[in-house]
Amino acid sequence: MMINNDPNNDPLTLGGRSFQSRLILGSGKYPLPLMKEVIEAGQPDIVTLAVRRASAGGAENILEHIPAGKTLLPNTSGARTAREALTIARLARELGCGDFIKIEVITDPKYLMPDNEETLAATRLLVAEGFIALPYMNPDLVMARKLVEAGAAAVMPLGAPIGSNKGLTTRELVALLVAEIKAPVIVDAGLGKPSQACEALEMGADAVMVNTAVATADDPPAMARAFALAVRAGRAAYLAGPGRVGAGEASSPLTGFLGGSAS
Amino acid sequence: MSQAGLIQRLQAAVAAFDFQAVSPRRVEAALAREHRTPEDLGALLSPAAAAYLEVMAAQAQAATSRFFGRNIVLYTPLYIANHCVNECAYCGYNLRNRIRRAKLTLEEIEAEARAIAATGLQDILLLTGESPAKADVAYIASAVEILRSWFACVGLEIYPLATADYARLHQAGADYISVYQETYDPALYDHVHRAGPKKDYARRFGAHDRALAAGFRGASFGSLLGLGPFRRDVLACGLHAWAVQEKYPQAEIGFSVPRLRPFPNQTQTEVDVHETELLQIMLALRLFMPWAGLSLSTRESPRFRDHALRLGVTRLSAGVCTGVGGHQGREKGDPQFHKDDGRSVAEISQVIRERGWQPVFHDHVRV
Repeated sequence: MMINNDPNNDPLTLGGRSFQSRLILGSGKYPLPLMKEVIEAGQPDIVTLAVRRASAGGAENILEHIPAGKTLLPNTSGARTAREALTIARLARELGCGDFIKIEVITDPKYLMPDNEETLAATRLLVAEGFIALPYMNPDLVMARKLVEAGAAAVMPLGAPIGSNKGLTTRELVALLVAEIKAPVIVDAGLGKPSQACEALEMGADAVMVNTAVATADDPPAMARAFALAVRAGRAAYLAGPGRVGAGEASSPLTGFLGGSAS
Repeated sequence: MSQAGLIQRLQAAVAAFDFQAVSPRRVEAALAREHRTPEDLGALLSPAAAAYLEVMAAQAQAATSRFFGRNIVLYTPLYIANHCVNECAYCGYNLRNRIRRAKLTLEEIEAEARAIAATGLQDILLLTGESPAKADVAYIASAVEILRSWFACVGLEIYPLATADYARLHQAGADYISVYQETYDPALYDHVHRAGPKKDYARRFGAHDRALAAGFRGASFGSLLGLGPFRRDVLACGLHAWAVQEKYPQAEIGFSVPRLRPFPNQTQTEVDVHETELLQIMLALRLFMPWAGLSLSTRESPRFRDHALRLGVTRLSAGVCTGVGGHQGREKGDPQFHKDDGRSVAEISQVIRERGWQPVFHDHVRV
């Protein structure tokens, strides 16, 4: 297989579509007038929004504030069961948000942990209705395999609890997904600093999704820009093939004598 | 645990907590902890914690941002009837008070809903006095069915019901319930609720549990600040919410902080809740359960609300009429209490924006 190590020609393929940016930005945690600036600074191709915040018309409608040309990734936040996620996904479609959907099924308002079991059931229901399903999940390899088998277009493991800004605390578990899962792995939730997003890309995650880290920064547009740079750096480093820690490699093979002719 | 057992355990825990004995060091320990305990709530409500208000405010703001973003959901109450069979010492609806009593017809409810929806609001709180004869469950269910066609979110602040009745109202379209215990002190509770079904402490205490069992998504808790020793009542209220959250981990818990305002220039007693104490209560509840909603009503002044909205509040009422009717034309019945913030939805939205926060009208999908 040819290895593509040109960061300028390295699209993210998701649900049959190509995206240049590997940074996905959230939209719901800062004032709407700030959103345009944040999106211009971060240059994401995909922007998430909570369907519960969207309405057909209505005052302060979040949909009217997302710049044109971005792919919308509505999420099912508020859903506690697979059936509820389906209802919310259908509503997203009615509102004109397209077929991409981030499945969020959360039965734990305290830590906002996703319910993997209901998420799997929701993935099956949504895929059957033609949605491009991107399930937010607890990074469990076995569950990730089941989700992909059910038709998920990507898996979105959490780096840390939503909004915590704690970073890639699930590093070891995400690494297993990166190694084993054929679908894109998008680290979602918990990333607090650009360096952490960079690390996720560097280790082979296909993209990251960031919301609170930008929204809670002193200067959200500047932080969105910093994340965009970090994501590009991380991906470029991944493509470049990071060197191994402390493992010196000889310039000529050390074991080359095996099986060779006597000399 | 049985309801009676829970009440007993809660009252014992509150009685055993010595607010005066809390040291600054104990307050600092509570502030340093990531996942706080009910004992931490006690520490944060203590007189010693008053010296840490600024730190508490900064932490409350950060915690709220994490869970809710810089968003404030706007809602308004709709009083559909003020008939009441209770004799509560503190309440304008007291059976013995001579006020204009009224009940909106379903047509009038529809007209009120239309007028409220025209302001942009999508979140409504239906209220009524306790009068099963004048405002029975069937009437309330009909009102909910009307409101659900106008609003994304319908909450109820009505008298306690049986589980089956809550299920009926949830089926009709209501998702959230607010029931305030007023005071958790059983002797004081009995004293101020002189007569009527509200005298039954346990029936009120168990309302959230029954509503959540019936399928409601969320339940709001509160005590009427200024009625009894407020530190004890707020600690008890926090413990109550904590216990219900343990039983229903998926429930969306909320707090409200209604206040009987003390007369100015009085000497401070353990009952009086001035703005400083009110803010300490709000911050303590926020830090105790950072994922819980926190509402601030128009009982409070515009000045206080405008400052507090960035310190942990998640819901503000706007465009409020506390009488029965009044959103279109004249009020049909007298109010339960007098509001201090009469600003319109547009005015309050503007203040929220000016403070760098986002007014949110639509934040719920009925599933």
